[in-house]
Amino acid sequence: MRSLIDIVDLTVEEIEGLITTALDIIDDPKKYSEVCRGKKLATLFFEPSTRTRLSFEAAMYELGGNVLSVSSGASSSASKGESIADTAKVVSCYADIIAMRHPKEGAPMVAAMNASVPVINAGDGGHNHPTQTLADILTIYREKGKLDHLAVGFCGDLKFGRTVHSLIRALSRYEGIKIVLISPEELKLPSYVKKDVLQKEGIPYEQTTDLLSVMPELDVLYMTRVQKERFFNEEDYLRLKDSYILTPDKLCGAKSDMSILHPLPRVNEIAVAIDSDPRACYFKQVLNAKYMRMALILKLLGLEAEK
Amino acid sequence: MNIDSIKNGLVIDHITAGRGMELYRLLGLDVLCRDCSVALINNVPSRKMGRKDIIKIDTDVEINTDIIGFVDPGVTVNLIKDSMIVEKKQISLPEKLTNVIFCKNPRCITSTEQELPHIFRLTDPEGKIYRCIYCETKAEIK
Repeated sequence: MRSLIDIVDLTVEEIEGLITTALDIIDDPKKYSEVCRGKKLATLFFEPSTRTRLSFEAAMYELGGNVLSVSSGASSSASKGESIADTAKVVSCYADIIAMRHPKEGAPMVAAMNASVPVINAGDGGHNHPTQTLADILTIYREKGKLDHLAVGFCGDLKFGRTVHSLIRALSRYEGIKIVLISPEELKLPSYVKKDVLQKEGIPYEQTTDLLSVMPELDVLYMTRVQKERFFNEEDYLRLKDSYILTPDKLCGAKSDMSILHPLPRVNEIAVAIDSDPRACYFKQVLNAKYMRMALILKLLGLEAEK
Repeated sequence: MNIDSIKNGLVIDHITAGRGMELYRLLGLDVLCRDCSVALINNVPSRKMGRKDIIKIDTDVEINTDIIGFVDPGVTVNLIKDSMIVEKKQISLPEKLTNVIFCKNPRCITSTEQELPHIFRLTDPEGKIYRCIYCETKAEIK
């Protein structure tokens, strides 16, 4: 029984397999519409989320399965003091697979250690969010036709941005990747990610505070939101929240086929005027997330569409 | 200085000089060995190390060798039976530590789930870096 807690739990070959399944689902959704008939997904969300929970639920419904849902910690037994371990054991009796989001880092891992069904980490605090990374990977693949030999820029909150850490780890396994880190000093990529991932894998990278100077070299620009919920101190949040805002004039020096990604929700870091630019891929990412979650659910349940 | 040799028990040898008392405390020998003799010998001349500490325990108690490996890798633990060394173990850095060090990250699940064991994994043997298995926070080692 497999769970997905961290993106590196999946090998490059397994990610390729998920991409293949996702592309097949996009090509022929009807073929997959009954594959999960009789199966139930429990979405245990102990932290506010709209898109991730709905994405998982839509994914399961489109596979013909059903969904059991807990949408906040306050409405669950967690508010009575039930441990994650007990919750996982109990929910395993009702559902065939669990997707869990929790504000505490490591909570889905504890659930996976105690559940008797697969657990998918749907985000644990500022730590990991592997299914967002799967969505990012499918988006890059569909836009660029490859995952190697790309210059990928990450802009905004690189310190607390879990999606950034996960995507850097995932991309570091492909050849010819160059990483460009664009952030204010206070929100730089943590040194352990640089040391354990970029330096260890020999990935060339550069750090800058100037987005415009690096824009021309980027194949992909991954924008992030400065997340209020990750700060202990509101003053710091207010000071840094508007650090990088992407506007149409800033795209002047960018490649004509550069892809702009964002894990969403955005606040103001990408101007709405960019939405109509063909380089904007963030709403495609939302759709790709659903397809990758469908592919992942099938993989973890050991199910395949009939050929 | 003479300390009697032991008939049955353990000799924790090649402890870095000055670390014997720390190990004594971390191994909980004050509690484990309430009814037996324990000798902590500091600054013993050593050909290999210059000076070293030694702990002799006059009974066969079960000690957590992960603690020894974490605090002072390179220590030797000798098991003595009928006044003979029957087993000699050189203790290296353990791959995993359970409830030896504790995660200080307030965002970690261990901060709210009191029953969870605090488990750290050795992620960089050269740098002696351990990270929490739940949140990957680096262990703070004094």
